[in-house]
Amino acid sequence: MTAVRSDTAVRIDGVSRFFGSGAARVQALDNVSLDVRSGEFLCLLGASGCGKSTLLGLITGLDAPTTGTVDTTNRRAGMMFQDSALLPWLTAGGNIEVPLRLRGIRRGERRERVERLLAMVRLAGLADKRPHELSGGMRQRVSLARAFAQEADILCMDEPFGALDAMTRDLLHDELERIWRETGVTVIFVTHDVREAVRLGDRIVLLSSRPGRVAEVFDVDIERPRRIDSARVAELATVVTTRLREEVGRHGH
Amino acid sequence: MATESGTSTRFRSQTADFDAETGLAVDAALAGLDALDIPTTQRRPLASRAWAATWPKIGALALFLLLWQLVVWSGWKPSYVLPGPGKALSEFGSRLGTSHFWDALARTLVRAVEGYALAVVIGVVVGVAVSRSTILRTAVGSFITALQTMPSIVWFPLAILLFKLSESAIMFVVVLGAAPSVANGVIYGVDYVPPLLVRVGRSMGASGFSLYRYVVAPAALPSVLAGLKQGWAFAWRSLMAGELLVIVPGHPSVGADLQNSRELLDTVGVMASMITIFVVGVVVDAAFNTADQRMRVRRGLVAEGTSAVRAARGSRGLGVAGGAVDPVGSSGDGTMPPPADPGAGGGDGGHSGGAG
Ligand SMILES: Nc1ncnc2c1ncn2[C@@H]1O[C@H](COP(=O)(O)OP(=O)(O)OP(=O)(O)O)[C@@H](O)[C@H]1O
Ligand SMILES: [Mg+2]
Repeated sequence: MTAVRSDTAVRIDGVSRFFGSGAARVQALDNVSLDVRSGEFLCLLGASGCGKSTLLGLITGLDAPTTGTVDTTNRRAGMMFQDSALLPWLTAGGNIEVPLRLRGIRRGERRERVERLLAMVRLAGLADKRPHELSGGMRQRVSLARAFAQEADILCMDEPFGALDAMTRDLLHDELERIWRETGVTVIFVTHDVREAVRLGDRIVLLSSRPGRVAEVFDVDIERPRRIDSARVAELATVVTTRLREEVGRHGH
Repeated sequence: MATESGTSTRFRSQTADFDAETGLAVDAALAGLDALDIPTTQRRPLASRAWAATWPKIGALALFLLLWQLVVWSGWKPSYVLPGPGKALSEFGSRLGTSHFWDALARTLVRAVEGYALAVVIGVVVGVAVSRSTILRTAVGSFITALQTMPSIVWFPLAILLFKLSESAIMFVVVLGAAPSVANGVIYGVDYVPPLLVRVGRSMGASGFSLYRYVVAPAALPSVLAGLKQGWAFAWRSLMAGELLVIVPGHPSVGADLQNSRELLDTVGVMASMITIFVVGVVVDAAFNTADQRMRVRRGLVAEGTSAVRAARGSRGLGVAGGAVDPVGSSGDGTMPPPADPGAGGGDGGHSGGAG
């Protein structure tokens, strides 16, 4: 291990983020400090509009904090967006290929990798389909494959399975968990769904609403593989939900 | 955590078991779900689609010729001043056999293509520059639109003074006519690139040129294509005006023929030339519409075969393209369905019923 490859993948220190100016100024994040460990599966949980997407934008470097610092310790952060956000003029395979092309990988190898990634998300043979020819769930899986194609050290996922039926979602949980374990990637996973967070996360960070602050951090000490409908998952989910209700209830929205 | 390494080994061993046992089941389950997901695509046979695209045009043309003939029959003007469509068409047909016709057409087309190509290059360069630079935008952004609205014919006195009666004078006006539309198409296209897609590109590591190549350019394509189409319309108009005014000795062209026929009081000849100009317009328009249609099909902006959707789509198609300044009637797109009749509500049978 070199000095750069520290045990902390992301260091978020005293970060606030404002949008707009004057009377329309909105504070999305307020003094958020958080360390994400290398190789950890971290779930971000919070009510709608509490700044989860904003925080991911800061981690991936798409946005800059108003105050405070975000340090990704020389690691590259990739992003899977809230809606599948595929490029509509490219096929499924073409979308997955873009990050490979951007890294200068040769044509033959690209093709192989695209095949492998598509098989990984169980979409083998659908490389030539265009985004509009796929269902919402299939699009999200293409988006997932594209996110993995970036081979980033930190993978930020913004409600990736929000629009899926329960069964597809469960299957993709298994897939994601498997890939995470095989690659050792650090995952920062945003969700509204408490059970999903308990099912997947090593830790769960609960954000308060407007502006977002770290309200509480839960360690999930449940052995893997977990099942979303197991008693232990339900038990912890109840605790987290209670706490989440308090946070949401604090603001009269 | 002290237990971290231990934990992960345990996980790994479990992964192996886990995969072997459930991998196949997962495959099967997802395949089952996907079978429900994959939309079934039905395409009508080519002949039927070609017919559906052609018959309204043939009908409109027949109606026009009939009206023309009726006016001739009414005796409004003597027949040597206003000949019937039969005479004009047969003159056009007999011209097709002369080498002079093809020489003139070839020169006109070469002028059009050269002028248009130069206009496209200039338009794209200016468009990209303006869309990138706030200073340039403030400086020349509104001038481009002003230039676009200027009738090309007003440039000819200056062009003739600068270049005399030469090819350069025509080229000058064609380029000035077409380039602003192309530039505006590019500017609008870049302005309307969805910010989300730019973020997607940046998150994958694209920046600068690669961001343009992978995200901005393809996302801007619909508007750029609209600008190109509009630019062509302006180029063709400017060229025709130029060929009427700037007759270069020894250089036959469609416009020169037209002017020539007028001077000889040869109405049939005038009409034959106009038919030529019209046909070129129709062919080029069809080419642009094909490109546009292809792009929309690729991007899922067309629901094929559902007449309700086609009727509701309106005459223009793309919202982005609508942002470009519209030249007066430059988009004579006969292939587009008419705008939906608000009164006709849910009735989708109207047009298609007639076809069947
Ligand atoms: N570009 C922007 N301009 C102005 N305000 C913004 C912008 N982006 C986000 N906000 C505001 O910041 C706050 C947090 O937004 P954010 O998208 O991070 O929420 P979120 O937690 O991801 O919500 P959701 O769960 O609904 O996706 C919201 O109040 C939102 O209105
Ligand atoms: Mg969000």
